[in-house]
Amino acid sequence: MAKPLLRVQHIEVFYHDFHALWDVSLEVEKGLVVSIIGANGAGKSTLLNTIAGVLRPSSGIIEFDHKRIDGWMPYQMVAEGISMVPEGRRIFPRLTVLENLEMGCYVPKARQKRDQVLKKIYELFPILEKRKNQFSITLSGGEQQMLAIGRALMSQPRLILLDEISLGLAPLVIKNIYQTVKQIHSEGISALLVEQDIQRSLKACHKVYVMQSGKIRLEGRPGELSQEDIRKAYFGV
Amino acid sequence: MLSFLNELKAPITNGLLLGGLYGIIGIGLSMIFGIVRMVNLAHGDLVILASYLSLVTMTFFPISPLLTLIVVIPVMALIGFIVQYCLLNRVLGKGMNPPLLVAFGLSIILQNLLLLVFTPDARTLMTSISVKTISLGSFLNIPLVYLVDFIVSLITIALLSRFFNRTYMGKAIRAASDDEGAAQLMGINTRTIYSFAMGIATGTAAIAGVLVGMTFTFYPHTGPEYLIIAFGVVIVGGLGSLLGTFLGGLILGLAQILGAHFLGAGFQLLCGYLILLIVLTFKPTGLFAKG
Repeated sequence: MAKPLLRVQHIEVFYHDFHALWDVSLEVEKGLVVSIIGANGAGKSTLLNTIAGVLRPSSGIIEFDHKRIDGWMPYQMVAEGISMVPEGRRIFPRLTVLENLEMGCYVPKARQKRDQVLKKIYELFPILEKRKNQFSITLSGGEQQMLAIGRALMSQPRLILLDEISLGLAPLVIKNIYQTVKQIHSEGISALLVEQDIQRSLKACHKVYVMQSGKIRLEGRPGELSQEDIRKAYFGV
Repeated sequence: MLSFLNELKAPITNGLLLGGLYGIIGIGLSMIFGIVRMVNLAHGDLVILASYLSLVTMTFFPISPLLTLIVVIPVMALIGFIVQYCLLNRVLGKGMNPPLLVAFGLSIILQNLLLLVFTPDARTLMTSISVKTISLGSFLNIPLVYLVDFIVSLITIALLSRFFNRTYMGKAIRAASDDEGAAQLMGINTRTIYSFAMGIATGTAAIAGVLVGMTFTFYPHTGPEYLIIAFGVVIVGGLGSLLGTFLGGLILGLAQILGAHFLGAGFQLLCGYLILLIVLTFKPTGLFAKG
């Protein structure tokens, strides 16, 4: 197996008194798509937010490319090469589509290659070029999700964190979005994917972690895990 | 009818020109309110601090108050940056009250510092502009200083709007005001961005302060008066657009001068506040609020 790009080792995360993550360990290898599945409240988003620097682990280690990054601020993570598509898209509604994309390459290092990357993203999502001068609030849900992904790619990340990118979208649109996940992977970018939809997720990834009540219950390659095992881990029975 | 309109020409012109000055007074408060979601109670005192800084600069170099802006704007911007970076950023995200109290404390400190250094005497930024009038047509004489106020305000607003729409930092400031969390995920250090935003806001306070000093007399404790005007401008204009704030200033200025014209000078302030009440009743988000 490829070398790990991201290593999360035995992290514990609290929201005030609430113990949200218990001894969570996970690895994302270079160039792979890894997915985390689990029911609502299993701690998937908490884990992504911790990796992105929004939350801080109270103990444990997070390493990115052999560098310890736990406790860093989100903007430092972006500069290091971790970029996140947050749950609910969180595009900037009063900025235009192009301005949203420009914010994605705010980090000076990314800004140098702005035009190159922008061209690539317009190839990936032609609709964004068509709508580049529109306020992003006027986009449809699917277009907004494309914008959120495009915006995260503008920083030229080595690892992209995708939080529930199919939430609230029509099946056909979801299919499109997952096509682009494949394309992102073919560019050599590693992805860590959080999803509630088990089947969708298993199809897209090389490795899967199943979370339940803040703990990792199961990990493995999608082909090697039985439906029964996954279901048991998912529901915690 | 025609003579009635002729009679109104002067108050309308004066009201609009004064409104331009009100707009520049309000813009800094509006910016920080919209971007950092914080009410900067010290805004009026920062305006007056700028008036005094201009006065000090003029004692060292015998130049026009407008030229002192070269010194006053950077100094005020630096003060704003430091205040946000070292003081206000520490209390952000801890509820509404702590930033309000810090700003209030700053206001009291500034007023008393000015009182200590400059005594309670009335001051004004003396310039030949202050006393000249120019005539537009045969019926209309307007004070030159009002016209200067208006033009400088308009230029400032135009420059600000360019800054917010064209530069990376301007866009990042707008992004942070839309969604602070998402902005951080884009690699934007929002706390630094807020400090720059405050620097720019106090930079506009510097311009407002110099214009106020040229137009009216000021004392160490006049700050709150201008804070109230700034509040009025923000309430009438609404948050979200620079132009809205400027138009809010025009409406407030117009209401005051027309009120004074019809009802007597004593009613000038009252008429301004009546407009506030009307706007608050019928469109509490302000007339030109966006989104």
